[in-house]
Amino acid sequence: MKSVISIFKREFLGYFRSPVAYVFLAVFLIASAGLPWFVGGFFESNEAGLDRFFIFLPWVFLFLIPAVGMRLWSEEKRSGTWELLFTMPVSVTQAVVAKFLAGWAFVSLAIVLTLPMPITIAYLGEPDWGPVISGYFGAILMAGAYLGVCSLASSMTKNQVISFVISVVFCLLLVLLGWSVFNELMLSLNLPVALVDALANFSFVTHFESMVKGLIRVKDLFFFFSLTAFCLCLNILVLER
Amino acid sequence: MIKSQNLVKEYGSFRAVDKVSFELRKGDILGFLGPNGAGKSTTMKMITGFLPPTSGTASVGGHDIQSHPIEAKRLLGYLPESGPLYQEMTVLEFLKFAGEIRGMDTGARDKALTRVMEICHLENVRHQTIETLSKGFRQRVGMAQAVLHDPSYLVMDEPTDGLDPNQKQEVRKLIASMASDKAIILSTHILEEVEAMCNRVIIIARGRVLVDETPADLLKRHPRHNAVRLVLQSGGPDAVRETLDRIPQVGKVEALGNGWLIHPKHGEVIKPRVWEAARAGNWPVESLENAPLRLEEVFRELTLAPDAKPEKTKPSQKKSREKVEAA
Repeated sequence: MKSVISIFKREFLGYFRSPVAYVFLAVFLIASAGLPWFVGGFFESNEAGLDRFFIFLPWVFLFLIPAVGMRLWSEEKRSGTWELLFTMPVSVTQAVVAKFLAGWAFVSLAIVLTLPMPITIAYLGEPDWGPVISGYFGAILMAGAYLGVCSLASSMTKNQVISFVISVVFCLLLVLLGWSVFNELMLSLNLPVALVDALANFSFVTHFESMVKGLIRVKDLFFFFSLTAFCLCLNILVLER
Repeated sequence: MIKSQNLVKEYGSFRAVDKVSFELRKGDILGFLGPNGAGKSTTMKMITGFLPPTSGTASVGGHDIQSHPIEAKRLLGYLPESGPLYQEMTVLEFLKFAGEIRGMDTGARDKALTRVMEICHLENVRHQTIETLSKGFRQRVGMAQAVLHDPSYLVMDEPTDGLDPNQKQEVRKLIASMASDKAIILSTHILEEVEAMCNRVIIIARGRVLVDETPADLLKRHPRHNAVRLVLQSGGPDAVRETLDRIPQVGKVEALGNGWLIHPKHGEVIKPRVWEAARAGNWPVESLENAPLRLEEVFRELTLAPDAKPEKTKPSQKKSREKVEAA
C-alpha cells in the first residue's frame, strides 16, 4: 500500500513538475467552457442547467485525456525507468493502479476546476442541482474510462505520439458508437435497430447522457467501471509480458 | 546468496542467454565480463526480476524471483545500464521516492538519505533536477538509489560507464568499501576494474559462461603466464640462448630487443632457475622480471576465438574442465 501511495504521489506531482499540467489545465478549461458559450449557445438558451456544458465533454475528453494518458507508460518505457520501477518491490498491478489513479486524480482536478460554470448558473437562475451533481459524477467516471483506454494504449508503445493516436482512435470509436448522428447513419443503412442499440451501449456518450439527465443507473456505473477495469487488466498483462 | 540456475532467454529463435548458472555468497564481488551483446545485461535483468526468463530460475536470498518477486526485490539494489532516472525530479525528491517505494519509514529514510548523499557526494546537487546533472552525477544518483536501503545484494550494470577517470576511481572505492557484507555483481568492459575489485570473474560470450574463476586463475590462462623477461647489458656472452634452452623447465625462448622472453614449458615458476643460470654464467644482468600480463589479452583470446571453446569450470566442485562443444 505504501508503495502504491508513493507511486501515486510521484506521478501526480510529476504533472506539475513540467509545464504540461498548466498547459493542459488551461486548454481544458478554455475548451470546456468556451464550447458551450460560443458554440452551444449556453447563454442564449436561457436555461439554468449544465446540459450544454456536459454535452461537449466527451469531445473535449477525446483529445485532452489521451494527452494526459500518453505519458503514463510510454515515457517510462522510452527513458528506461520502468526497469527501475519493476526491480523495486512493487507488483505490476500496484504500479498500474497507482499510475492510473494519479492520472485520474489529475483529470478530476481539471473537472472540478470547471465549477465556475455551475456557480454562474446558480447566480443567474435557479438550477436543478440533481442533474448538475450527477453530471459531474458521470464526467469523472467517464474520464476514468477514457484514461483506462489511454493507459492501455500507452503501455503498448514507447512512443508517446503513437500512444496518443491509438488512444484518440479508440476513444473516438467509443464516442461515435453512441453519437446520435452516427446512429442515424447506421439506421439509414438499414441495420436492425437492435444492433444499433446494442452498439450504442458500448459508447461513453450513451451512458454519460443519462447521468447528465440526472439518472444514476447501475448499468451506467457498471459500464464505466467495467470498461476501466478491463483496460487496466489488459494493461497489466501487456506489462507483465 | 544469489543463485542462477540454467537461466535461458530466447528472443524468437535467438538465444541471448544460454543456460547461465552460478552462485554468489556474501563477501563475493563478481565481475561479469563479456563483449557487447554477450548477454550480460539480459542475465542481470533476469536476476533482478525485470525480465522473465524463458527457462531456468534465479533466486535472491532464498526467494525465487519468479514466484516471490517482492520478497526477493526487497533484498536487492539494482543499478540498470546507463542509469535511467526520473529526469524531472530533483535528486532529493527522487531518493525520497526510492526510499518510500521500498517501504522505509521517514526516520530511517532520512538517515539513509544523509548517508548515501554523503558517500555518493550528492549534497551539493540535492535540489537540482536530475536532467540538469552531468553524466557522472546521474550515475551517482543511480548508485545512491541502489544502496539507499543498504541491500544485501547489489547488481550493477556497468557502474563506471561514462565516468571520467577520477569518478571511476571513486566508484570503485565505493563498491570495494561495501563488499564485506554484501554479494555484488557488476558488469564492465574494463578489465582492470575486475582485477582491482572482484574476487570472481565470469566471462560470458554468445550467452554462455566461458569462464567462472578468480581473476588470478584467469591470468593463468595467459599465454605468457609465469614467463620472464631477461635483459642483459650489451656485451653479454653468446651462449645465453643455449644455456637457457638447457634448463629443463624452460620452453620457448624469444629474442626481444637486447633481452629474452622466456616461457615456461608447463606454466611453472621459472624465475629462480633463470636467475641461477645467470649467476652461474656470470651474465651482466640488467633486469629480470615477470612478463607483464594483461587480463585484456586473456579476454580477447577467450571471446574472439571463432570456435571459442565454451568451457565451464566449477573450481569448487570439479577440477577437471568439461569441454562443451560450441553450438
